[in-house]
Amino acid sequence: MEQKRISELSEIARNVRIGIIDAVHSASSGHPGGSLSSADILTYLYFEELNIDPKNPADPLRDRFVLSKGHISPGLYSVLAHRGYFPVEHLKTFRKSDSNLQGHPDTKKVPGVDMSTGSLGQGVSVACGMALAAKIDGASRRVYALMGDGEAEEGQVWESAMFAAHYKLDNLCYILDWNGLQIDGAIDDVIGPAPFDTKFAAFGWNVITADAHDFESLESAFKAAKECKGKPSVIIAKSIKGKGVSFMENQASWHGAAPNDEQYAVAMQDLKA
Amino acid sequence: MADKIATREAYGKALVEFGAQYDNLVVLDADLAAATKTGMFKKAYPDRFFDCGIAENNMIGVAVGLALSGKIPFASSFAMFAAGRSFEQVRNSIGYPHANVKIGATHGGITVGEDGATHQCLEDFALMRTVPGMTVICPADAAEARLAVKAAIDNDGPMYLRFGRMAVPTLFGADYDFKIGRGVKLIDGTDVSVIANGVEVEQAILAAEALKAEGISASVINMATIKPIDRELVIEEAKRCGCIVTCEEHSVIGGLGSAVCDVVCESLPVPVVKVGTNDCFGRSGPAKELLSLFGLDAAAIAEKARIAVGLKKQ
Repeated sequence: MEQKRISELSEIARNVRIGIIDAVHSASSGHPGGSLSSADILTYLYFEELNIDPKNPADPLRDRFVLSKGHISPGLYSVLAHRGYFPVEHLKTFRKSDSNLQGHPDTKKVPGVDMSTGSLGQGVSVACGMALAAKIDGASRRVYALMGDGEAEEGQVWESAMFAAHYKLDNLCYILDWNGLQIDGAIDDVIGPAPFDTKFAAFGWNVITADAHDFESLESAFKAAKECKGKPSVIIAKSIKGKGVSFMENQASWHGAAPNDEQYAVAMQDLKA
Repeated sequence: MADKIATREAYGKALVEFGAQYDNLVVLDADLAAATKTGMFKKAYPDRFFDCGIAENNMIGVAVGLALSGKIPFASSFAMFAAGRSFEQVRNSIGYPHANVKIGATHGGITVGEDGATHQCLEDFALMRTVPGMTVICPADAAEARLAVKAAIDNDGPMYLRFGRMAVPTLFGADYDFKIGRGVKLIDGTDVSVIANGVEVEQAILAAEALKAEGISASVINMATIKPIDRELVIEEAKRCGCIVTCEEHSVIGGLGSAVCDVVCESLPVPVVKVGTNDCFGRSGPAKELLSLFGLDAAAIAEKARIAVGLKKQ
């Protein structure tokens, strides 16, 4: 990837992060930690990887993206806004009673949201169905699902993993945001869902590892996923929860809490520096 | 009455029949294709049948992904697992986005028989009716089951179809006109209205015949659609007969009886006596015996009808 493109994507990701903090601060609630850890992944997907058109969000030929970890809606909304699906200013209506930007994404309310999610473990199964439909149609469209590391504790994730491998859904790619933290603390302390690589490999998946905050690493990961035939791919992306906001980084407590005005100012300073 | 056929059998046949007509009809099952009868579709259209293994929750999600991509998926399992185990997937993944998924749930009710309580789903109507936008249907015979499958294909939106394991007589002829949300009067009566669905329709007809001999005139309504319920017909029956007996192979909590009560309580309060399982689990045994043991047979319906008529006079 050219240095110029890396700089452009970094700038977009910085704005996506600002949008996340704006949304969560305006709502006085929401999930900034995981939104920030996924911000570069979402930026790469929406500005490099996905075959989509914001002017035609229902195009049947488009690639699909399912945010299986639906609670990081601020991340999805921010990237959609910056990609041109709706005005960036609209992010400040997040979680308000007259807004279409629900706490968890609603496919019927927001253009560009391919599936309503929020209950963990369910989005990945829907992505499997979308990938299967593309196979039935003989279509080239691809399907991506972003899941959390804590989400891997849901049994349904492994049901879906079994299904996707059995039906050789090589047009399907999960991205597992491995930030190592969930609401109750470190994932290893809560219940220990890791290791993810050997688990997915045992289920018959093509396993790729990446740095969730390095666009070149993400580029080669998504390229490897696309090139793999005969089985689904998972990109295990090591990330930093709260990435980009000094006081949120690696803090489980920022999983689902909003910054107050003072903290907001510090966050903006961090992101605009 | 013609030969007895289970509604699950009619479901399997209907999938094959309409599969020829609709290229986008796909069928999912969770390792029960031989029992749910989706195996017939698998044999006819192997490229459009997908076994999900013993993983119902994933199956529901896969069905949603297919529906959002323009397919008409029928996701099948036993009622216990489709509506029970996967309730939250049905609510959040199918219901919330109003996905065009058809749940073909077989082995509903006590007439599952010998498998016993863990497999006898007596709560599915209650669970499924609470999901916003969900249509809930329980056909009474093979003819109605076939038409319900056709209606499910032709009408967009989430649908729960409950089919039975036990063979039942065919009540309706080729001229039977099925419409979602419309009850059908099978017997005209004036003293009590017996509103039934599924296997209970046959029992209700037998009960009405027995009551007639005692001088009680019972009307019998086949209320295949539990949601949306035919409000007009319920109110009309309440007005005409002054009391109602509801009959279903389901708990008295939350099913057809409750749906009927919701209508009459709001619009025209009359006595409603429910025939159903009384807040209990099922048990193993031959299906027919269980219908009697759990107070779901014609004799039990007739007794409840007498009680309803008595309440009216108070």
